[in-house]
Amino acid sequence: MSPQPAAALDSALSPASGRLGLRQYMICLRGIVLREGLRFVHQRERFISSLVRPLIWLFIFAAGFRQVLGVSIIPPYKTYVLYEVYIMPGLCGMILLFSGMQSSLSMVYDREMGNMRTLLVSPFPRWFLLVSKMLAGVTVSIVQVYAFLAVAWLFHVRAPAMGYLTVLPALFLAGLMLCALGMLLSSAIRQLENFAGIMNFVIFPAYFASPALYPLWRIQEASPLLYAICQANPFTYAVELIRFSLYGKVEWLSLGVVCGCLVLFLAAAVLAYDPARGLMARKKDMGG
Amino acid sequence: MQHVRAIGQEGTPAALEVAGVSHFYGRKQALKSVSFSIRPATFTVLLGLNGAGKTTLFSLTNHLFDTRHGEIRIFGHDINRDSSEALRRMGVVFQARTLDLDLSVRQNLAYHACLHGIGARDAARRIAAVLETVEMSDRLDDKARSLSGGQMRRIEIARALLHSPPLMLLDEATVGLDIRSRAGILSTIRSLVERRGIAVLWATHLIDEVEDGDEAVVLRQGEVVAQGRVADIVQATGTVSIQDAFASLNRATADGVAP
Repeated sequence: MSPQPAAALDSALSPASGRLGLRQYMICLRGIVLREGLRFVHQRERFISSLVRPLIWLFIFAAGFRQVLGVSIIPPYKTYVLYEVYIMPGLCGMILLFSGMQSSLSMVYDREMGNMRTLLVSPFPRWFLLVSKMLAGVTVSIVQVYAFLAVAWLFHVRAPAMGYLTVLPALFLAGLMLCALGMLLSSAIRQLENFAGIMNFVIFPAYFASPALYPLWRIQEASPLLYAICQANPFTYAVELIRFSLYGKVEWLSLGVVCGCLVLFLAAAVLAYDPARGLMARKKDMGG
Repeated sequence: MQHVRAIGQEGTPAALEVAGVSHFYGRKQALKSVSFSIRPATFTVLLGLNGAGKTTLFSLTNHLFDTRHGEIRIFGHDINRDSSEALRRMGVVFQARTLDLDLSVRQNLAYHACLHGIGARDAARRIAAVLETVEMSDRLDDKARSLSGGQMRRIEIARALLHSPPLMLLDEATVGLDIRSRAGILSTIRSLVERRGIAVLWATHLIDEVEDGDEAVVLRQGEVVAQGRVADIVQATGTVSIQDAFASLNRATADGVAP
């Protein structure tokens, strides 16, 4: 590369001026969401696996277990429902859970690859960047959930028509909570290899110790200890929030717990990524 | 310490001012009361061997870490207290490659423009201009993954220029590149200093990248052991070249003897 006059720059670029206003914030948010979307589109395997995983549960696991696991009439259901219908909200939660943890994995990857630094040296406040990143992750998750619901609908596993609309805020809140948890975990993971621990110690326990696959009263009958664990599991409330909202109802306790956990996890994540106090400040940056 | 003369000038705000900065990783001290300043429109080399503390200093300067001991100001804006204004005036090229390999050159640059609140139309104009500057206009729609190491570096430089910062920090930007790519990148950066008046802090351990007219700050084990014009540092150390001066400064401090 020969020395290139910088004259081209002179005419095109003027220095940044003025304060960052609402418009600039919206541009930044749009850019982060767009990038997450582009990455998702480019990683088709990620989309396919996110769709195949719950479909396997729906069409193989549920088909086998519906003869074994009886579901009585429990709210929000007004009649007996097929087991496939019962686990549908849990599988939506599963997509959000995996996707939230995938965002965590992506942040660890970004940090290891250096991409995270380009985000963190933006002039926007760190909390805004992290919230934008979370919103981007949730947007991608919700697209996956609706793709799953569409496939399930084609195979006659359906919720009331209005439920597909009323579930949206619940998906959004539950997705945000799980993304915030993923972000918090990503700040504590030093290397990509350690992510396997997340699978074993977060995703599987959270998923199985919840009403995603079996009603809580069944768990209570089987083991009071496991029931207590389920009640302490935030994912339990995410699943119930989704379940009720699919039937146009609000489960207030679940809504409260999900919102509370969201605030808690998000605050902890912002703190963890704070250059002054967070875990990031204690990590040695490699180099000269 | 070989303090030939202060780089900053009184009365004009320094592009970068580092004052008494120390940093610790646990009990290990990575920087020991580092102080120097660089004037606008100057090319300043931050010289140091691996582990000297260059990257730590960069991480503090671009606010990846908080500066807990000392102060760092970018054109008068404190990086801790007024980080937004400070970061807007700074373009950074990191030592590690930071392009998103799955995205195209255009998408990578557009993402960066968004991170600085630059709208789509303005971003398109700026992207065209910075790519022309680094001679990469023809790779606009290529995936970053398809670029060579030197080309990726050029795109990262273009990205750092996109929001027109008056200060650029480049951390070992030429490491791992062949001689031709290194020379090309270095001359582009020097041209930006001359033509656009950008202040550049160029961290390196490659001594052949330093010229007599450059300003230099020499770091050793987290301490500034010399600063000033390269020719003056050479003279002050009683050597004949910056290679000898650098070796002398590192050897002398390693022995605990002033050069």
